[in-house]
Amino acid sequence: MSKSTIKAKEPLFHIAKRDAMPLWKSWLIRLVAIVAALVVCGIVVVLLTDLNPLEVYQTMFKGAFGSKRKIWATAQNTAILLCISLAVTPAFKMRFWNIGAEGQVLIGCLATAACMILLGDKLPTPLLFLVMIAASIAAGAVWAMIPAFFKANWNTNETLFTLMMNYVAIQLVSYFITIWENPKGSASIGIINMNSQAGWFPYLFNQKYLLNILIVAVITIGLYIYLKYNKHGYEISVVGESENTARYVGMNVKKVIIRTMALSGAICGIAGLLLVAGTDHTMTTDTAGGQGFTAIMVSWLAKFNPLTMILVSLLIVFLDQGAGAIATAFRLNKSISDILTGIILFFIIGCEFFINYQILFNKKHKEEK
Amino acid sequence: MNSNAALELRNVTKHFGSVVANKNVDLTVRKGEILSILGENGSGKTTLMNMIAGIYYPDDGQIFIDGKEVVIRSPKDAYRYHIGMIHQHFKLVDIFSAAENIVLGLEEKGSFNLKKATERVREISAKYGFEIDPEKKIYQMSVSEKQTVEIIKVLYRGADILILDEPTAVLTPQETQKLFSVLRKMRDDGKAIIIITHKLHEVLALSDRVTVLRKGEYIDTVITAETNEAQLTEMMVGKKITLDIDRSEPKNPQDRLFVKDICCVSRDGVKLLDNVSFTARSGEILGIAGIAGSGQRELLEAIAGLQHLSSGEITYIDPESGSEEDLRDKTPLQIRDMGVRLSFVPEDRLGMGLVGNMDIIENMMLRSYQKGKSMFLERKKPKTLAESIINQLEVVTPNATTPVRRLSGGNVQKVLVGREIASAPTVLMAAYPVRGLDINSSYTIYNLLNQQKENGVAVIFVGEDLDVLLELCDRILVLGGGKVTGIEDARTTTKEAIGLLMTKTDGGDET
Repeated sequence: MSKSTIKAKEPLFHIAKRDAMPLWKSWLIRLVAIVAALVVCGIVVVLLTDLNPLEVYQTMFKGAFGSKRKIWATAQNTAILLCISLAVTPAFKMRFWNIGAEGQVLIGCLATAACMILLGDKLPTPLLFLVMIAASIAAGAVWAMIPAFFKANWNTNETLFTLMMNYVAIQLVSYFITIWENPKGSASIGIINMNSQAGWFPYLFNQKYLLNILIVAVITIGLYIYLKYNKHGYEISVVGESENTARYVGMNVKKVIIRTMALSGAICGIAGLLLVAGTDHTMTTDTAGGQGFTAIMVSWLAKFNPLTMILVSLLIVFLDQGAGAIATAFRLNKSISDILTGIILFFIIGCEFFINYQILFNKKHKEEK
Repeated sequence: MNSNAALELRNVTKHFGSVVANKNVDLTVRKGEILSILGENGSGKTTLMNMIAGIYYPDDGQIFIDGKEVVIRSPKDAYRYHIGMIHQHFKLVDIFSAAENIVLGLEEKGSFNLKKATERVREISAKYGFEIDPEKKIYQMSVSEKQTVEIIKVLYRGADILILDEPTAVLTPQETQKLFSVLRKMRDDGKAIIIITHKLHEVLALSDRVTVLRKGEYIDTVITAETNEAQLTEMMVGKKITLDIDRSEPKNPQDRLFVKDICCVSRDGVKLLDNVSFTARSGEILGIAGIAGSGQRELLEAIAGLQHLSSGEITYIDPESGSEEDLRDKTPLQIRDMGVRLSFVPEDRLGMGLVGNMDIIENMMLRSYQKGKSMFLERKKPKTLAESIINQLEVVTPNATTPVRRLSGGNVQKVLVGREIASAPTVLMAAYPVRGLDINSSYTIYNLLNQQKENGVAVIFVGEDLDVLLELCDRILVLGGGKVTGIEDARTTTKEAIGLLMTKTDGGDET
């Protein structure tokens, strides 16, 4: 290439890193991003369906908060998603890419279902609950500790390992579904203990989901304190930031990895318990419903802060419920809701760029000439 | 404008957030001259050069090449203007040969011909006096050979303006001399050479002119022949300082740490330490010299309990009871539980000694958090410690809750060294504690080490600047290829003697 082909032409803009910006400003940017996302969604809706976008948003809102029942459903779904998001957080803070929450939740479901089916009529209710809680926690923890053990000892790739463990969990669940099939030939286990309701979570103040929500609230606060003020939480941060530093100050890195994954899996196990004993009273291979993966996004978007996670999971559930509502109300394909959710998430995640960077337009030379 | 100016910068400014890295910097380098850019760390030397090489884009200012204004948006643009930069950290593919690395990424028309390329590499080598085998693989090369490959790489691309970022930091005195003679040949060939450094004697020995930067600002350009070390230091630091290190006679030295015949083998079966033996004494600074990667890190990590040994003994003598403790293959925690007060300032400050994303208080907690039975973290004492370190060592930071990665190199090191000496150690090990530090911070660190020595601490200091090692230490142990090639009295030995010992058993570098 010859020199003459390039002239002293400046690029239109260049990108520079920002300083830490004040909190209100970063939240303002996020708010602007959501508004912009809604506008773009509106345009897409008009272009694709000729519907009035305001009406669509209204339906969306009604879909999530339109009635008492819908509000409880939204709260319940938020609680479950939040619970799984909390579960993956300690592992992610340690830079252990646990994408096996799906399987850990399912194994928790399986343990709970097993207790309900096998012991439901044999144990007094308080003891049954204790056994269910212990079993689901243990199952989730063990499921998560297996990849952690291999990672700690032989530095195996935890992403692949935890992912594969999901499939093992799904296969186990479908195996037990055929064993516990009820009624025979239905290829499902039906509602467990339909008549005795043994092992079903009790209603609090006449609300089916209140106990679930309270349990998740306790876990949220507990995990917040654990990560921020507890010595273990400190170790998790150090191991995540730099394993070398952790070894240098004498932390037992293997122990921290295994212990943290056990915690991560245990909370997933609790999510499984809430799903089977507190919500569905049955179990399918789809009980976790992909939330083990959605939770990863929630955890990241909330920057691993358990309190922010409440908001983020609420947003995701709202989008999901609302999108479902427009699909039915306007007799649209479910894809439209996926498109809208996608656009909104794109803006929310994309706006982080503007929080960390700024764009500088070049104008210097025009003035000089 | 000077007609034979190869490159000229006018009013170049670059910000990183609110930090001003370069402010209105002017600079001219002529054809056939060597220009030194002198400045302390953080004075913006590398940022400035990165803008010339197309890695950063200036916020403001103009760049002229051969008198014509240009815009350099990427390293590719820079090559088109015949600018080549040799970075401090080499960017080579280990499993490729020298010639393959040199032609890597070139967009030449026609089919790729490695033979022809090898020929040209030979030509360039012969012209400037490089000693290199184009077919040798990078992983078999010594540091100085790798650097040679980097230099040939930019020459091969036709660079007329060469920028070298601290090229001597990793070289022995002999290798430095060789590099300088090559650079002089290139200068005589009409190339414009910019060399970044903070070693004054090199500036005086090599360059024609010196441009001094301070805190991102252009200070002045002087002709090397008309200046001296004191004047340059003053320009660089902004005030007069004396560059003397006091060295007291060791008081009542006692054996504190015996290292006997230790060996350590890497995963690939390479001997990293080969029968290393020495004694560290209280009230004495033991220097460790050697080419980078000669086993210094492994040696210190072995003592600190971070490196498994295949054989040998490490014995610590308790200063109070006189009892002997075996430290071999103990974990850092076990060593601490045995009551051995061993402090270690590792080479990798932010990757090992500290956690970059944590604040100063949390970094203090690294050493103390395990104390006490409570489940919860105790923050008060680390906070007091952090504040006292900030005050006593004059750490420049907005407050104690600033993440340490935001601090400048010198301040990071003060935080680390401050924490390590806060535990009143009996043995203090420091690996390259002044690497990347400015003159003032370096002398703060030397003084801290000297203070520890006077307090009766056995100090082990791994350094790269032989002048400093000779001035600061009582004895100097030289490592070459994992072996001890000599232990010299620092008061009587010479730089050349140490330099020779450094290369003594280094089989890969016989040229």
